Amino acid sequence: MNSAPTPDRAILVDMYRKMTTIKQNDEKSRAIILSGKIPMVYYSPRGQECIPAAVSVNLTPEDNICTIYRGTHDMIAKGVPLKDLWAELAGRATGTCKGKGGPMHITHPASGVLVTTGIVGSSLPIANGVALASQIRGDKRVAVAYFGDAASNIGAFHEALNMAAVWKLPVIFVCQNNLYGEHTKYEKTTAARQIADRGAAYSMPGIRVDGNDPIAMYNVAKTAIDRARAGEGPTLIEAMTFRFYGHVFGDADKYMDPGEKKAAMAADPVPRYRQWLIDNGHITAGELETMEQQIDAELTEAIEAAIAAPWPEVSELRKDVFAEEIAA
Amino acid sequence: MTTETASKPAVKKVGMIQALNMALHEAMSKDDSVIVIGEDVADPEEGGIVGVTKGLSTAYGDLRCRSTPISEQAIVGAAIGAAIMGMKPIAEIMLMNFTTVAMDMIVNHAAKLRFMSGGQTNVPLVIRTATGAGLSVGGQHADYYEAWFAHTPGIKVVMASTPADAYGLLLSAIDDPDPVIFVENTLLYFTQGEPPEPGKRIPLGLAKVVKPGSDVTLVCYGSHVAPSLAAAGKLEADGISVEVIDLRTISPWDKKTVLASVAKTGRAVITHEAVKPFGVGAEISSVIHEELFDQLKGPVQRVGAPYCPVPYSKPLEVAFMQGADAIEAAVRKTLQARAVA
Repeated sequence: MNSAPTPDRAILVDMYRKMTTIKQNDEKSRAIILSGKIPMVYYSPRGQECIPAAVSVNLTPEDNICTIYRGTHDMIAKGVPLKDLWAELAGRATGTCKGKGGPMHITHPASGVLVTTGIVGSSLPIANGVALASQIRGDKRVAVAYFGDAASNIGAFHEALNMAAVWKLPVIFVCQNNLYGEHTKYEKTTAARQIADRGAAYSMPGIRVDGNDPIAMYNVAKTAIDRARAGEGPTLIEAMTFRFYGHVFGDADKYMDPGEKKAAMAADPVPRYRQWLIDNGHITAGELETMEQQIDAELTEAIEAAIAAPWPEVSELRKDVFAEEIAA
Repeated sequence: MTTETASKPAVKKVGMIQALNMALHEAMSKDDSVIVIGEDVADPEEGGIVGVTKGLSTAYGDLRCRSTPISEQAIVGAAIGAAIMGMKPIAEIMLMNFTTVAMDMIVNHAAKLRFMSGGQTNVPLVIRTATGAGLSVGGQHADYYEAWFAHTPGIKVVMASTPADAYGLLLSAIDDPDPVIFVENTLLYFTQGEPPEPGKRIPLGLAKVVKPGSDVTLVCYGSHVAPSLAAAGKLEADGISVEVIDLRTISPWDKKTVLASVAKTGRAVITHEAVKPFGVGAEISSVIHEELFDQLKGPVQRVGAPYCPVPYSKPLEVAFMQGADAIEAAVRKTLQARAVA
């Protein structure tokens, strides 16, 4: 946490609020899966909290994101209401998507979450289109595509970066490099020394940053977002991070060096940032505890409400396939 | 008859390419949210390989009509993202075989985003794409995948057989709030027909009885409408009355019109250029059997290409393409067959 300049106190606290919400949400997610109350496929973002928190404080409510199946942190950071999110995770009629999307397809345009894809690399070409609409309209909105390191090896990544650069689209490509694509380590799958280098191939800035350092991440995101908004084109950000709970929750992690994981967890970005905020006099421990308790209560309420909420009607199968309902 | 037509002022025929171009001009001039993207579509690149998009970038600017890299995933992805934001993109994927490169975007995203979002987002996107055998282009430039797309919930599939239909159907596809694959036949590009009525839409999902008849129902679309009419004409001379139905929309198809016709005739043939096994004909035949088994006078027949890739060599390609003779034979077969009482 040594990078200057430091944003205003309100932004610093907002970033922490997002980070701790994501962390607490993850803890509750894992607990509720183990309890059997909400069985869901879960790709934990624990350890990656800082990246979308630092990006989102630079976005307006009108800006949009496209994210991926490991994306609850991106959604929470952008502002998807926890109650709607949890009802969707539980497959209930009151969910963001009426229970028809689920964890891998959360959509909430009201908070700017336009697409969550279960397909590696597919957030990028669609984010381009979102940015294209803004470019044509001249509305100064920007689009963010989140994706993982492994997505930089799929064709969609390269097609999307090239098109965004040729058209100077107001889009920011945020790669969350957690060093593993599913079970396979970065070095075994990726010829580039670092993903940021791939920006040069498409004549766009490629910036590698410590994605677990809120201030550094904030500054890199701000530069890229300002640049996109000014019509100067896309940026590729490679935010270095680590996922604490493997590819999919429940995997045994045997492909991972236990020491590597232990070291990453010891450097947990959330408590580290918490301590930094206190040490630098931005907020007191007491104020943080109050905030954390409020978030805990909000999450508990969201989860209880989700479990109590009604299931969707079977007639939903005929709705939203097309605009017009399919005849029974 | 000849005297009467001769006395009328000659109606200027319109070509297929011109009709499609007219529809695009109509849509873009009336609605700023309509945009066109695709390989070579802008005027500096000659307005498309056969000129369907000619004049659009000049008339409406290069923000709204732009040539893209050869990147089908990026083209369809950009169209999806813009569509979610309320634009009405028309993405040209030059040939239908190239849609396979963008299948993830089409099948996993364009088709499903409305459903998976619980109706919060929609993808009012048109993918224009051309295909068809007969030009000796071999196995990767002439395939028909309408059955693939029709098998994917959330996508509409349209195929026009005449310039006027192409005009009216393309306008409806652009208006439609859901993704539409609009398939153009390469040989039909060079045909002419009656001029379309300016601005007139043809509703999606509505078939057209192009020739009424009473003995056999013949369901066709796209490139198989002309040979179907030729076969029907020949059979008529033998006293066999064939009702020819041009589906126009493959998905959702007009069950009502087809079933009403088969209920009347008791016999049906479905014909298409795509390979026969697992094709659109199989689905329509099944529905006819499910709904009208008791009223059938014989088993439904199908005509389609043999189960092999589109071949290059001319005699092979000619044998691959089923025409009026094959259709006529299939109709005669329905008349020979007798249902079990």
